[in-house]
Amino acid sequence: MPIPVSPSSLAAFLAGRLLLEEEVPFPLSNSPQLQFISGISTKNQFYHCERCGSTKKERFAMFPCARCGKACPYCRHCLMMGRVSGCSRLVRWVGPEPLFEGDGTLHWSGQLSEGQAAASDAVIRAVRDNSDVLIWAVCGAGKTEVLFQGIEAALLADKRVCIATPRTDVVLELAPRLQKVFPDAKVTALYGGSLDRHSYSPLVVSTTHQLFRFSEAFDVMIVDEVDAFPYSYESTLQFAVQKARKPLSALIYLTATPNDTWQKECRLGKRPFVKIPARFHRHPLPVPKLEWGGNWRKAIEKGRLPRNIKEWAVKRLEENKQALLFFPHIDSMERALPLFQQLDPSIEAVHAEDPSRKEKVTFMREKKIPLLLSTTVLERGVTFPNIDVAVIGAEDDVFTESALVQIAGRAGRSADFPDGKVRFFHFGKTKAIEKAVAHIRQMNKEGREKGWLDR
Amino acid sequence: MNGCLLCEEETNRSLNWRQFFLLEAPPALCLKCHSTFERITGEHCRTCSKPLAAIDPAFIADGICSDCLRWEEDLTFQGVLTGNSSLYSYNEAMKEFIARFKYRGDYVLARAFAEEIKEAVKKIPFDLVVAVPLSEERLYERGFNQAEALAKEAGLETADVFERIHSEKQSKKSRTERLQGPQVFRLKEKTVISNKKILIIDDIYTTGSTLRQAALLLKQAGAVEVRSLTLARGQGT
Ligand SMILES: [Zn+2]
Ligand SMILES: [Zn+2]
Ligand SMILES: [Zn+2]
Ligand SMILES: [Zn+2]
Repeated sequence: MPIPVSPSSLAAFLAGRLLLEEEVPFPLSNSPQLQFISGISTKNQFYHCERCGSTKKERFAMFPCARCGKACPYCRHCLMMGRVSGCSRLVRWVGPEPLFEGDGTLHWSGQLSEGQAAASDAVIRAVRDNSDVLIWAVCGAGKTEVLFQGIEAALLADKRVCIATPRTDVVLELAPRLQKVFPDAKVTALYGGSLDRHSYSPLVVSTTHQLFRFSEAFDVMIVDEVDAFPYSYESTLQFAVQKARKPLSALIYLTATPNDTWQKECRLGKRPFVKIPARFHRHPLPVPKLEWGGNWRKAIEKGRLPRNIKEWAVKRLEENKQALLFFPHIDSMERALPLFQQLDPSIEAVHAEDPSRKEKVTFMREKKIPLLLSTTVLERGVTFPNIDVAVIGAEDDVFTESALVQIAGRAGRSADFPDGKVRFFHFGKTKAIEKAVAHIRQMNKEGREKGWLDR
Repeated sequence: MNGCLLCEEETNRSLNWRQFFLLEAPPALCLKCHSTFERITGEHCRTCSKPLAAIDPAFIADGICSDCLRWEEDLTFQGVLTGNSSLYSYNEAMKEFIARFKYRGDYVLARAFAEEIKEAVKKIPFDLVVAVPLSEERLYERGFNQAEALAKEAGLETADVFERIHSEKQSKKSRTERLQGPQVFRLKEKTVISNKKILIIDDIYTTGSTLRQAALLLKQAGAVEVRSLTLARGQGT
C-alpha cells in the first residue's frame, strides 16, 4: 500500500535520524533537505562504519556484491540493524526541524528528598546551559525522579530529550513511568523489535543500541548506568551517544558506581558531578560482611556445599527470609543448584539466556521461590523489596567493584524493610571486594554528614 | 588469531595438529558454537536425507520417506532428482544461522561449513555444479545469492545456466499449487548441460519442490543425472 507522502511526514520520519536508504518507506528525491553519506568510509586505510562507528578490522568482511558488482566491505558489528556495506547510502534530514505537538508540563505531586532535590537542580542547570553533569546516586536513591524537572524544563523549551540505557527491561519500565508524569507529551520507547520505531517524539527512551539510528537529534542526552555492560565496554556505543546528540546539547550521566577513572576525575574536580549518598528512605546502605568461603568450587564439584554457605542458606529458609545468591559463572551455579535443592526443592537458578528468566523473577516476587541463585544478570535493575544477598566466590574477576556495589544495593530497598543483610563469601580478598566495601561505607558517611540519614 | 565467526571467541585453542601446521584451514566456528548444530547422522531417507528416526515407520517404505514416494508417483517429477544430501538438521541454531546469513546478509558465514561441504561433495558424482538462482529483485535486496556463496566458499565453481522467472514469493504456495504451477526457472545456457551429471547447491531443502523444479528443467535440457546438496534439511511437507 502506498504511504501518502507530504514533506512534513518525511521530515518527521527522518529528523534526527541516520537511516539506510532502504529503511525509508518514502521515495527519496535529490532534495537539498536530504543529505546522503556513504555507509562505510575509509580513514587512514581503515574502514569506518558511519552508523556504528566500528573501525576494528575484524568487524568488517568482504563480499562479492551484486549491487555494485565489486568486492564490497560490510560492517558485521551492526549487521542486525540491516547491512551497511560499501555501496550503501545513509540518509539524514538537514532541513528545518519539525515542531512537536503536545505539552511538556510535568504532572507529579511527589516530594524529592534533599539529595534528590540537589541533583534535580543540577540537571535543570545542565539542560539550561547545555553542559555535562554526572549524577552519582546510590542504589535506591530514586534517580528517575531526579530527572523529572529537568525533562520538563527541556520539553517546555521545545527541546528533544533522550534517555539511553543499556537494558531493554529498563526501557520497558521507564517509558510508561515517564508517560504517566508527562501525559501530554508523546514518549517513545525504542529497543530491538519495538513498534515505536518510526514515531517522532520529544521524549525518547532507548536502548543504547538503538542510538545507532540517530544523528544530531537530541538537545538533552541522558545516559543511564554509564558503567554497565555493554556500554562501558563498547567504544561504538560511546560513539553512538555522541553521534545522537546535537553539537550543542546537555549530557547527563547517571550511575551508582562510576569507574575508577571517573571517580578520580570527580575527586580532582575535573568532572562536574552531584552525589546522592543516601537512599530516599533515609536508611543507610547495608554494609557487606566478608567471610572466608574456602575452595567453594572444589567443594561443590565434590557434591557438598561449604559449611558456612549452607548455614547461611538454612538460616534464611528457617526465618522465611528470601535471598539472592550470586555466582560468578553459570557452570558453578548449575552444579550448586541441586545441592541447594536438597535444602528446599523450590530453590531456583537464573542466568541471562535462561528462557524462563522472566517467570522466575515473577515467582521470586510472588515469594514462590525462597532462594534464587543468579549470575550477575540480576546485578542491577531488578528490585525485590525485602531480601538478603550473598555472593558465592566474590573473589572472581567478574565481581568488579561496581558489580559488588550494585549487588549489595539489592538489599534493604523498601522503606518498610530497610535492613537487608549482605554477605560476600570469598576464597581470598580482592582489591575489588575491599573497594566495594569502602565505597559503601564512604557513601553512608557522606549521607550522615549531610544529615540525609536518620541513623 | 582466529575468531569464531559467530561468537568472536578465539578458535586457536581447538586446533588439531593438521590445522596447527597450516595443512588445513583453522575451524571457522569455535567448538561451543559448532556443537549447537545437529549433523544428520544415522538412518535417513535414501532420496532426500530426511532423518528417519523422526518419521512414523508407517510413512517409510524401503528406506524412502513418504514425501519422496509422493514425488515419485508424480509423472512429471518421477526420477528427476536422483538424490539429495543435507548436512545439518534445521534446528534452532541452524534457523538462526540461516537467518543471519541469508536475510541479514552476513556473507562470511558461508565459510562456517565450507570444509564440511567440501568433504561431502567428494562423495557425490558430478560434472557440473549449479547454484539455485535468485530473482533479480531478491538478489539486489540481499546483495548476494546464498547458494552461490556456499558453493564458492567451498571452492566449487558454479555454472550460470539458469535464472528465476517467478519471484520467491512463489515458494510460499502450497505443494499442489506449486506442483501444477508454471516453471519458476528458465534456462540461459543449454549446451553445457547435455549429457552431464549436475550437482545443485542450495542452503536448505524444505519441501524439495524448488530443487525438483530446477532438476526437471536440467533433465529436460539433457542432463543425465541431477543431485543436490544443501546445508540444512527442514521438516517441510
Ligand atoms: Zn556498523
Ligand atoms: Zn556493494
Ligand atoms: Zn563461537
Ligand atoms: Zn525423502
